[in-house]
Order: sequence, then structure tokens, then C-alpha cells
Amino acid sequence: MAIPYYVPPEQMMQDRAEYAKKGIAKGRSIVAMEYQDGILMVADNPSISLNKVSEIYDAIAFLGAGRYSEFENLRKAGIRHADLKGYLYSREDVTAKSLANAYSQVLGTTFSQEVKPLEVEIAVVAVGEASQSNEIYRISFDGSITDERGFTVIGGRSEAIMVFLKDRYKAGLPLSDALTLCKEAVENTATPRLVIQTLEVAVLDRNRQGRKFRRLTTDEIMELVHSR
Amino acid sequence: MILKSESPFQDPGSSFYDWLSVHHPDALLGFRPRAGAEGGGPSPAARISHGTTVLALKYKDGVIIAGDRMATEGYQVSARRIEKVYKMDEHSAIAIAGAAGPCIELAKLFQTELEHYEKLEGAELSIDGKANKLAQMVKGNLPMAFQGLIVVPIFVGYDPKRSEGRIFKYDITGGRYEETDYFSTGSGGKDARTTMKKLYQPGMEEPEAVRTVLEALYDASEEDIGTGGPDLIRGIYPTVKTITVKGVSDVPESQIHQIYERLIEKRKRET
Repeated sequence: MAIPYYVPPEQMMQDRAEYAKKGIAKGRSIVAMEYQDGILMVADNPSISLNKVSEIYDAIAFLGAGRYSEFENLRKAGIRHADLKGYLYSREDVTAKSLANAYSQVLGTTFSQEVKPLEVEIAVVAVGEASQSNEIYRISFDGSITDERGFTVIGGRSEAIMVFLKDRYKAGLPLSDALTLCKEAVENTATPRLVIQTLEVAVLDRNRQGRKFRRLTTDEIMELVHSR
Repeated sequence: MILKSESPFQDPGSSFYDWLSVHHPDALLGFRPRAGAEGGGPSPAARISHGTTVLALKYKDGVIIAGDRMATEGYQVSARRIEKVYKMDEHSAIAIAGAAGPCIELAKLFQTELEHYEKLEGAELSIDGKANKLAQMVKGNLPMAFQGLIVVPIFVGYDPKRSEGRIFKYDITGGRYEETDYFSTGSGGKDARTTMKKLYQPGMEEPEAVRTVLEALYDASEEDIGTGGPDLIRGIYPTVKTITVKGVSDVPESQIHQIYERLIEKRKRET
């Protein structure tokens, strides 16, 4: 009988983490930022139909970076989780915190138990009644979860964009300013000649009735960016 | 959270109803696709709340859907303010007649189904797709219908391709039939239909269509003991919703109140 090679656990985890990080860094970045009326989400995405930003429930949205097939599975699982909870209990009982925890569990278990970790970085965001009650959670490939304030960036050159935004972000920006800032951040760090047609933009607007999620059309984006 | 690992072709797809029936069959009361016939015994029909008259009517801008507010248990009034008309999404609504419990559950399940599909697929179902899915869910209730727990919805929606409102009616077997002008069901359905038959004209304006619908419900409440009329003392009026290209909206209670006051005055003069 062949004796399997011994690999120290530290080495194994490090290898997996490196593998996952490499996969995630290859993609493009997605920014979520609090603005006056809620949360703005901006993704540099050349595809019109393969979304990186999408609706989960009334006030909750999902952002996925990395391998599409993997975060698409996570997105679907999240919608099922939320719809089931809302159906069995009540719409107000569906919370971003419980969803973020569930994602963290799934990613953490996959990272430590499967041969290949998921090459994804995701964020769960929720708009609250007031800006103090907005929620932004960033969840990594290994299940580690961070609770962010103001803004977060996932995928691609996320760290560089975070550094760029750190000095420039102000709370309570109007939509057009927040969008322009997000666009500048992506342009200055990742994609130098960014075209508006490849921007995927959505908002969670607390002033909307019922479901708060809305996608912005290219015309709307152009108007908002140029109106400054 | 269930992160599926099965083949995508065995995945229940974008249907919440199908997914629920696999993973949480207990959450579905009667609307179970593979439920066997349940055991016999006395019919519980007399002891449960029943909904009564609901109707739909097409007009120039789309379609109107309405229903009275009373529920009965046998010969007793069990609820005066029950809601029988529900908005399903931005372009459709249903009204339900039959046993109140399963009816309300069906409305909630179908609303979740439509929203779930829209979120997973990134696009709304076509109106025919919605009508067919509802038919499957009503069919799933057939064993319960034999026990007396009947659920028969009316489904209406605005069809952006044809630029008109559409009305679908159902029977307990899940039979789905499209109506061209108007329809009414429930214990007072026949009386409401008679009134609409006399007053309906193709391409009516909204105020006229709302008046017709309210008069039909009034006549149903006069002839049928299970249908509630306008309750001027408590201020309870039928629910009326319009579905047009702009979406689903409620006809305000103040407007319904005014129409009924005029109608009652007119009837007083005529008798």
C-alpha cells in the first residue's frame, strides 16, 4: 500500500489560500458605497446579462467577484435562504446578518474540507431606515467575515481601490457624487480607460416602496456622472 | 443554507414552489405536487372560513380586480375585514374564493414564487407562464378540494406584448381558462356576473368600470348570504385594484365610499 505524502496543515491552508487569492485577483473589482439615500453598487462588468450585483430580498443585495459559476451558485442559495425565511416567518425577519453568517459558514466549510476552495469574494449589503442602520458585510473565500462602514471593495485590485477611497469618501454624498467617486476609484487603480457602457450600477434606495433594489440604465449613469 | 452540489439538470430551477416541495414539503399544506389522497372522514368544510364573491373586468387601460371583505363559517360571519384580492407583482394580482386558510396560503406562495423566479432569472415570467404555474399549484390542492377545502383563484395581469389586461379563471382540477371580458366566482359569483353582463361594454373608461364592479358586488351581497356589502357603519368597503401598464394600484376607499353613497341614493329613489 502506498503511503500518502505528509503535508503539514499550515502548508495545505496556505496553498489553498494562495490558489483562491490568485483566482479572485484576476477578475475586476466591485464597489459598494453608502450614499444619501441608501447604498450604491458599482461593478466594472463588460457583460450585460451576467450580473455581479443582484437583489436578494427587500432591502438586501449581493455582490460577487471571482469565478462566475461559483458566486452564481452562492447567489441562488442566498435567494432561496431569504425567500424561505420570508415565507415561513415574515418579510421583516429576513436579515442581512443571518444571510452573511450563512455565507460565511458555507465558504469556511468549503475552504477547510474540500480539495479546491471557492475562488470568490462576496459582499452582502442592506439598506436601513436611516444611514446608521445600513449594513455592509464582506466575506472572503475562507469564510472570514468583516463588517464594514461607509464602503467596501471586493475582487480584482480591491486593496488599491480601498486605499484610494479611504481619503476621499465622505458620509452622506448625493448619488451623482458617490457614483462619480466610485468610477474614479476604479479608473485610477484598475481600468484606466473605463467606458460607462461596461459599468453595472444598482442602488438600494430606502425611499422606494417595498423592494428597494433598482438597476440604473446606461442613460441614467451617463446623466449622473456628467451632472457634476 | 443549502449550496447545491447536484447536477444543474436535477436542480429544481427557478421555481420556489418546486424547491419547497423537495426540501421543505411540510411547509406546503395542500399544494403538494405529489400528495396522495388523504383519508376519508367527515368533511371539515362547515367549520372553516370561506371567502365569497370575487370578480375581474377588463377596461380601456387594463383590468380591474375586486372582492368583498366578509368570511363566513357555516351561517356565522367569521371575519368582516378579510382580504381576498392580493397584488402578486408589478403587473399581476389574484383574487381568491373558497376556504380562507388555503386561499391565503396560495396567495402568499404564489407571490413568493413570482418574486423568486424574477430574482433568480433576472426577468419576470410571461403572463401565460404565471397563469400556468398557478394552475399547477391549484391542481396540487386537488386531494384537499375533495375534502371540501376548495381553492379557486381568478388571476389577472397586464400583458405588455398585447397591451391589454387579461383574465384567467381556474377550476379545482387546475383547469385554466381565459376570459375575454369579465368573470366572477365564489358563492355570489353568479349574481355579480349577471350585473356585469348587463352593464359591461368593451373599452370602458376607468370610473365607469369601477362603478360597474362595485354595483356587481352590491347585487351579489343582496342575493347571497355569504357576500358582504358595503359596511357604512364600520367603514368597510370592497377591495378594488386596477392593473395597467403603470402597475397595480388600489382604488382609494374614499372613492369607493362616494360611489356607494350615490348608488344607494339611486336605489332608494327607484324603490
